[in-house]
Amino acid sequence: MLRHALRGALLGVGVAGLLLSATSATAKSKWEEAQHPGFSFEGPLGKFDQGALQRGFKIYSEVCSSCHSMNLVYYRNLAQPGGPFYNPKYPNPNDSPYAKAIAADVKVPDIDQDTGDAIQRPATPADHFRNPWPNEAAARASNGGALPPDLSVISKAREDGPNYIFSLTSGYPPSPPKGLTVPAGKYYNPYFPGDLSSFWSGPKDKVPKGGFIAMPFQLTPNRVTYDDGTKATTYQEAHDVATFLDWASDPKQEERKQTGLAVMIYLLVFAGVVYGSYRAIWRNVAH
Amino acid sequence: MSGHSTYEPKTGFERWLDVRLPIVRLGYDSLIDYPTPKNLNYWWTFGGILAFCLGVQIISGVVLAMHYVPNSAMAFNSVEAIMRDVNFGWMLRYIHANGASMFFLAVYIHISRGLYYGSYKAPREVLWLLGCVIYLLMMATAFMGYVLPWGQMSFYGAVVITNLFSALDSVIPGLGTMITTWLWGGFAVDNATLNRFFALHYLLPFMIAGVVGLHIWALHVPGNNNPTGVAVKSKEDTVPFHPYYTVKDGFAVICFTIMFAWFVFFAPNALAHADNYIPANPLQTPAHIVPEWYFLPFYAMLRAVPDKLLGVMTMFGAIAVLFAVPWLDTSKVRSMRYRPAARTFFLIFLAVTLILGWCGSKEPDDVVIATGHDIAGDPTGLSVTVFSRFLALYYYGYFLAVLPLLGFFEKAKPVPETISSPVLSAHGHGVAMPAGAAAEASKKG
Repeated sequence: MLRHALRGALLGVGVAGLLLSATSATAKSKWEEAQHPGFSFEGPLGKFDQGALQRGFKIYSEVCSSCHSMNLVYYRNLAQPGGPFYNPKYPNPNDSPYAKAIAADVKVPDIDQDTGDAIQRPATPADHFRNPWPNEAAARASNGGALPPDLSVISKAREDGPNYIFSLTSGYPPSPPKGLTVPAGKYYNPYFPGDLSSFWSGPKDKVPKGGFIAMPFQLTPNRVTYDDGTKATTYQEAHDVATFLDWASDPKQEERKQTGLAVMIYLLVFAGVVYGSYRAIWRNVAH
Repeated sequence: MSGHSTYEPKTGFERWLDVRLPIVRLGYDSLIDYPTPKNLNYWWTFGGILAFCLGVQIISGVVLAMHYVPNSAMAFNSVEAIMRDVNFGWMLRYIHANGASMFFLAVYIHISRGLYYGSYKAPREVLWLLGCVIYLLMMATAFMGYVLPWGQMSFYGAVVITNLFSALDSVIPGLGTMITTWLWGGFAVDNATLNRFFALHYLLPFMIAGVVGLHIWALHVPGNNNPTGVAVKSKEDTVPFHPYYTVKDGFAVICFTIMFAWFVFFAPNALAHADNYIPANPLQTPAHIVPEWYFLPFYAMLRAVPDKLLGVMTMFGAIAVLFAVPWLDTSKVRSMRYRPAARTFFLIFLAVTLILGWCGSKEPDDVVIATGHDIAGDPTGLSVTVFSRFLALYYYGYFLAVLPLLGFFEKAKPVPETISSPVLSAHGHGVAMPAGAAAEASKKG
């Protein structure tokens, strides 16, 4: 009986494995595989490092936010459980002095209720992150026709999200490979998807991997000054911003994994109890 | 539901109800006293697992619908709002999204079990046909559900699949265009399409539930098949459904749920495509449009044929052929346990279908077996498209040639006389016992 069950289980696992490999299989890539710097939130028990989240938020607000919106993230989210500025003293994130102070530093567009005029007012925890552009056309006009993507769910919207963000933002080479003609207003990045064969004058079998991106290299050393004294290297900045963006994409990640652990323990115990009942009930039946 | 009912109303209320609406009797006869072959293995638990999956999808789906906004401008953000702001919304949505994958995993195992043990043969043809109808409804429901988050894959999946119908233009000019316009509710996939897909996505699961009712009814009339394929001969061969199979199915459902929960809590996006977290943009086609894993074998068949209409027919035919299986298989022996040749062909069929799925996830020009390389150093050789053609040929060959012909040519192993005999021989010393001796032993227990 057990042998049968085992064989069944093995087959099931095999089939699931095949399905998974079929889904994740991709074509031969023309760009570099993302690096794996290692993150605290990886794995079934991983948690966000709150210091890294705060540093990452600093990168976003001082560097990224001048071009990239995050329309689905609200200032209150910063102070919710698991967020960069969560403090158990303020269970309601809207009351958090951190969220209030961060929001108050930002002006967001609104309508004056008395006159109907367009005004700018300080944001509140209930506002979403300020959009740097009034509309898509303005964003494109200021970026050579390219649209800086909204970063709210960017980590989920890219294969291997955090590793990709880390590799892309820190992976600009000092200069593009010799023989590659880089169009005006574009920058070479080996991790950005693309096909460079028509811009390449070197040997046909040595086309550089990667693509052209409209964003120049941003995370230069000491681009920001960290409040906790951490040295702001390119590696550190990219690692922190990848952490922050992964949290923003999936802010309930810690809650999910903790719930999952409890669910797993419960189900395993339940399975054991029911298997015991099964053995007892079938004891006298030859099958 | 079949045979003699052994229900005896115990209380006054039950007696009163039994002559007016014998619903307690129905439940008792179908779930408690229903005589079930005692030799069902774990492959038979997937029926119960599927009922569980349908329940999970309906319950999580109804709650999700309370928060979802079926509007092309708001759908994407409303799904994210569920994940971020609704209490346990992330859990509901991940259960529902991964639940679809689990549902298909279970249904593929359930169908494969039916194919292997000959569960479609007389007198269970109607049972099998109803199962095929459920599978078709599931595919339609899953496809329309995948469109609802209105991400890039949602949108372009809807574009690709609805456009398949335009192939009918080559049969009757204008017919295909008319059907696609009617499906879209306009001249492109847009808000009207999203609205009707949402309405249908909410409707179809209840139709599935209805057909599942018929499926169970059609099961309880002839009774379960079993791994030997030998019909139940006496009461010796069966046990009451409860508690024997409630506990066995229950154990299987819990084990299945452990795998399900692993995906929901620890790898919720592993089976999905990252592009679907990019809001739908009709002006920017993704580099690779790939359906969910459970449609990949059919997608590979679609792409394997260079002609659009023939490709569409190949794809839909791959599902339509399932309906004919009871009449394609000519063998007198039900279970492939006693058909070594059929078993080999069947296992190859399973492998071929899985490899077809792998082909569906690749790009058509990708090389499966390299024989050389081009000027840029990229390999050349057998492409995914050509490879898929051979695989699709086997897929069809299995149903249209192997099943019909094998019945005439194969030499089946001896089939046991009753269910009880092989059960005991498996536990004994590998020597088949005479039927009588086995029945004796089972009485002693």
